[in-house]
Amino acid sequence: MIPQPLDASALAVFVFLFALVTVVGFVASRWRRADLDQLHEWGLGGRRFGTLVTWFLLGGDLYTAYTFVAVPALVYGAGALGFFALPYTVITYPFVFVVMPRLWSVSHKHGYITAADFVRGRFDSGALALAVAVTGILATMPYIALQLVGIQVVLGAMGIQGDLPLIIAFVILAAYTYQSGLRAPALIAVVKDAIIYVTVIAAVVVVPMKLGGYGRIFDAVPAPKLILAPQQQTAYATLALGSALALFLYPHSMTGVLSSSGRSVIRRNTAMLPAYSFLLGLIALLGYMAIAAGVDKSDAYKAGFAQYGTNFAVPALFLSAFPAWFVGFAFASIAIGALVPAAIMSIAAANLFTRNIYREFLRPKCSAKEESTVAKLASLVVKFGALAFIVLAPQKYAIQLQLLGGVWILQTFPAIVVGLYSRWLHRWGLLAGWFVGMALGTWMAATLGFKGSVYPLHLGGTTIPGYAALWALLVNLGVAAIVTSVLRAFDAPAGADHTACEDYGE
Amino acid sequence: MGDENQEKRGRNPRWWHILLLVPFVGTLWVPFYNSVEPRLGGVPYFYWYQFLWIAIGAAITALVYFATREREP
Repeated sequence: MIPQPLDASALAVFVFLFALVTVVGFVASRWRRADLDQLHEWGLGGRRFGTLVTWFLLGGDLYTAYTFVAVPALVYGAGALGFFALPYTVITYPFVFVVMPRLWSVSHKHGYITAADFVRGRFDSGALALAVAVTGILATMPYIALQLVGIQVVLGAMGIQGDLPLIIAFVILAAYTYQSGLRAPALIAVVKDAIIYVTVIAAVVVVPMKLGGYGRIFDAVPAPKLILAPQQQTAYATLALGSALALFLYPHSMTGVLSSSGRSVIRRNTAMLPAYSFLLGLIALLGYMAIAAGVDKSDAYKAGFAQYGTNFAVPALFLSAFPAWFVGFAFASIAIGALVPAAIMSIAAANLFTRNIYREFLRPKCSAKEESTVAKLASLVVKFGALAFIVLAPQKYAIQLQLLGGVWILQTFPAIVVGLYSRWLHRWGLLAGWFVGMALGTWMAATLGFKGSVYPLHLGGTTIPGYAALWALLVNLGVAAIVTSVLRAFDAPAGADHTACEDYGE
Repeated sequence: MGDENQEKRGRNPRWWHILLLVPFVGTLWVPFYNSVEPRLGGVPYFYWYQFLWIAIGAAITALVYFATREREP
């Protein structure tokens, strides 16, 4: 691409903020000092995070840099459909309010560090736990890679070429995650959120002032894009519902939940986290602001759009609306916003590998020190795997895999969420349902050419377009129930439940 | 007295949880809000309605939280 002019003041602000969070990341190892050779200290921050830290941590974790780039990009390209992120975040918290305190209680009681640990204890099945762990790792890896896309886009927009800056940023990230564990992203999240809030508030005040108000912005959007077409409505609702149910099945969300210090911390946060949803809604509107500002018509941004597609909409808007030094500030908020979730995701994937693969199958008698060492190394492998993927493979593969990841992760719903309430489903029934759900979901995505996840379901004479993950989950639950009925009729051994009713805290 | 409180706390929470279904109905039934008019300060209905639900959703979870508050062990 033709390089954007490299602006010194933008770069200076960007580098300063990046250096600041690097220091914070290393200092974090001394925060609430404890023995980081214990996995629950390194990987869950000792389960001691209170309401406010959990709020920052989960906010930084769930509302990722990629979200902040991709959601407005989707709104910019597809209009109203891209707004499904809003109802999605509205309904996810009532769900979390009811379900996650149960998971926290049982995990606290038994020392579970991952959701797969819980499944192992509840259903007495290493194979089912392995399925849950592998699904979690598979869904997380491309998600980490996409955080890098967020950094890549803003580096490119500042005129920085080549992969070296990206690699440097990631090496730094890997070093402080290795040293400080979950404490690093928790502390960095506080800095990150402060600059993201400033950026977004500035954007939603300054940009509409320049463009002549919100009325003008919406007037600039082509009318058909403003609301949903009739055939988009079920897609919109199922995308929102499926994503909402899937969000807290992701290993990095689990890590955020399990690191909190109590059930009330989780419950309070479900009422406080919508502040980020509000921010996300405003960010989604940046997509329309980019349309109104006419960034696609400007020659200056042609190269950027050619290279990054609609993901360039928000960087282009910032470049066109803000003075150079503030562009550096805004871009730093996106880049640092990528570091927090990337760190938590790599820790979560490392916890899964260590607990549910390494200790379960390779070294059942390993010491606590060995366990935490393996987790630290695994977090490095996961991060550099994601880095290699994004540097070597075309970006679109990461995007497609992340899309698939959402379809896959929802297939762990029966074992984890249904499992929290009932032990009726048989472990082999759950495994069969999981397998069919994974295969069917992947097949549906394949028929869509891995370009989207809205699958038109043909039922009788009608066609219902809906989120493939949700269709696959329905079949998954059906298979699990049928296989369970058959297994129960033959008295197949259901295994021992290592948890008791009162462990769930209600 | 103690037993009565115990019983109250055991029975009430589930009923309060029904309130948590309200945001699902409000946001997942698209025909409720799939229109441009009425606008609010230039913003089409589709958008301000869903923004409003962020606040309503948070208020409902806060309400249920306070109504079912549990003592930490």
